[in-house]
Amino acid sequence: MSATALSTGEVVVHKSRPAVGLLLLLLAQAVGISGYLLTHLDVDGHLPGAWPYVLAAWFAVGLATHFVVTRKLPYADPVLLPATFLLVGLGLAMIHRIDLIADPARSDAQTQSLWVVLGIAAAIAVILLVKDYRILRRYPYLLFLAGLVLLLLPLTPLGVELNGSRIWIRVFGYSFQPAEVAKLVLSLAFAGYLAETKDVLAMAGPKVLGFTLPRARDLGPIAVMWVASMLVLIYQKDLGTSMLFFGLFVAMVYLATGRSSWVILGGLLFAAGGWFAYQRFAYVGVRVSSWLDPFSNYDTNYQVIQAQFGFAYGGLLGRGWGLGRPGLTPLAKSDFITAAIGEELGAVGLMAVILVYGIIVARGLRTALSCTEPFGKLLSAGLSLVFALQVFAIIGGVTRLLPLTGLTTPFMSQGGSSMVANWLVMAVMLLVSHEARRPVAVRVDEGDVASLSADATQVIMLRPSQSPRPEPRTASSPALPDDHEPPARALPDPDDAEATAAFTPGDETSTSTATRPITTDPDEPTQLYRFDQEEL
Amino acid sequence: MADLIVTLLKVAFLAVLWLFVLLVANVIRTDLFRAAPAGVPGDAKDKRAARSPEPRKRSKHEAKVLAIDTGPQAGTRLALVDEFRIGRSAECALVLDDDYVSGDHASLARRANGDWVVTDLGSTNGTFVNEVRVVTPTVVTASDSLRIGRTQMRLET
Repeated sequence: MSATALSTGEVVVHKSRPAVGLLLLLLAQAVGISGYLLTHLDVDGHLPGAWPYVLAAWFAVGLATHFVVTRKLPYADPVLLPATFLLVGLGLAMIHRIDLIADPARSDAQTQSLWVVLGIAAAIAVILLVKDYRILRRYPYLLFLAGLVLLLLPLTPLGVELNGSRIWIRVFGYSFQPAEVAKLVLSLAFAGYLAETKDVLAMAGPKVLGFTLPRARDLGPIAVMWVASMLVLIYQKDLGTSMLFFGLFVAMVYLATGRSSWVILGGLLFAAGGWFAYQRFAYVGVRVSSWLDPFSNYDTNYQVIQAQFGFAYGGLLGRGWGLGRPGLTPLAKSDFITAAIGEELGAVGLMAVILVYGIIVARGLRTALSCTEPFGKLLSAGLSLVFALQVFAIIGGVTRLLPLTGLTTPFMSQGGSSMVANWLVMAVMLLVSHEARRPVAVRVDEGDVASLSADATQVIMLRPSQSPRPEPRTASSPALPDDHEPPARALPDPDDAEATAAFTPGDETSTSTATRPITTDPDEPTQLYRFDQEEL
Repeated sequence: MADLIVTLLKVAFLAVLWLFVLLVANVIRTDLFRAAPAGVPGDAKDKRAARSPEPRKRSKHEAKVLAIDTGPQAGTRLALVDEFRIGRSAECALVLDDDYVSGDHASLARRANGDWVVTDLGSTNGTFVNEVRVVTPTVVTASDSLRIGRTQMRLET
């Protein structure tokens, strides 16, 4: 894995594409709002009185987000934000639709909209505050500890048990799912830790039966993660969260080291834990029976069975907004929102939703591929993988592909902590993708180096008499060209984003060595030649 | 409302949903192909890249050895592996005993085409190729000098 880190071959220059992003965003938002309008048309026969305000507010939020993202991160992936807004819009419309079933109608969708706005505000705050995501790699152990504390917080007296799982905490009357935030914190911690230690993890270890086993002392982190996820499994009674975090860790170790022995070891460890839980805890047995044979016990497996009926009732094209009966499934707004989608939008609609999730994951992995340094690679890949794992586990559970695990459906299901946490994840993905897709300027001008020496940073200036390159000492050295001048490169104008291109080491030997003076306007988004003068 | 209209609206909604997916697919496609590989001569969009001088002659042979010329460890020669880090911390493959080197200073990696790329890992004092501070991954060849802290090194074939 590490060997392929930079072997992408030719350099590809991505362009800043704000117009495309805007078009996609407007379309995505139109999908969400038409879900809302169609619901009212189908249920009441007319549009609600407040619809112009709802429409205006919805598009205003989207455009504001788009404006900030394109302004601060012009090279960020143009697909991520629209895809997210599509899911958020569909989720809000579906929660609102289920609100209407109760008499009088509930107002959960309003509360959820508030959480959406809060999540977007948090994401924008991250985008504005974190100028370079690489500062996040500085404290991996601290983040690891914080993540573990968050993960295990529901076991403290703060925790409350809801629906059989102890994954919430209650503070000041608000319940909150700390595992959602732990997802981001632990991804950051793992990425930072593995970017440092991946070489050691990959190289060392005894070979047994053709597998390079990790060394005993490297097993520490995996053991800690295993214990933590087993604690979640046993005491919080939450299969999904436990699987999510252990899976995240194992996947990231595999990404960093490329050693399949870690995956096999992790899989065996989790299978052992899962088997133990299946033997000892009734709730795991219920989950398995509702997966394999739900009709054996109608009362215990009521929720899963209702979801199946919903899918069947929806069929290929669905009943249409407001015309199904998603309210018959318990927790249709949160865990089972995809069952409601499947009922009202049909298999065709649900497939589109799953594809949009797939697109988000694919773009995250694409970012990881084009990222040039290990921390960004691991972070982006890890966040995409945990996202994919979560979507797979919950939608797989609802559709009875897997045993049901009580995970949230990212960006869609009702719940504030999940919404805010996923927007934070999205903010980090946008940050990394901006950095990864930004055109690179290969060299900086001498002028910049000189100006640095005036700053407080410790720049070591070599004596001017010293030759930039010592004479070749060994016979094996190649014959060197005569000119010892540092290669001067034409640098692209900062105000010409379209033509800002990275350099590939081509074979041409052009002689035009004019070096442009750099006039970097600090307000331009394409400041390619400024240093990040961070202290270590 | 008439059933027909309801059905039409339902199908239209699904069509718009899929239109979004298809548009995204198209954006991803153009993202792949419109994003021109930099430095391809003759590509009108990348005139600047095509014009950019490439004064170094690429060595015919791939670099295999990193030789340290000045600094505390002058004379050391190190066989190159595909990707490794250079710095003062013990976790680096090339540990430089040089007070002006950061713990995790730079990484040197080989691309598929045999080029070696040096990346500064956010060091305090910078990584210099031919005495030019580099902030982004930069190709180094056997005819370039690489300086990290007070340690000067170069690739050898």
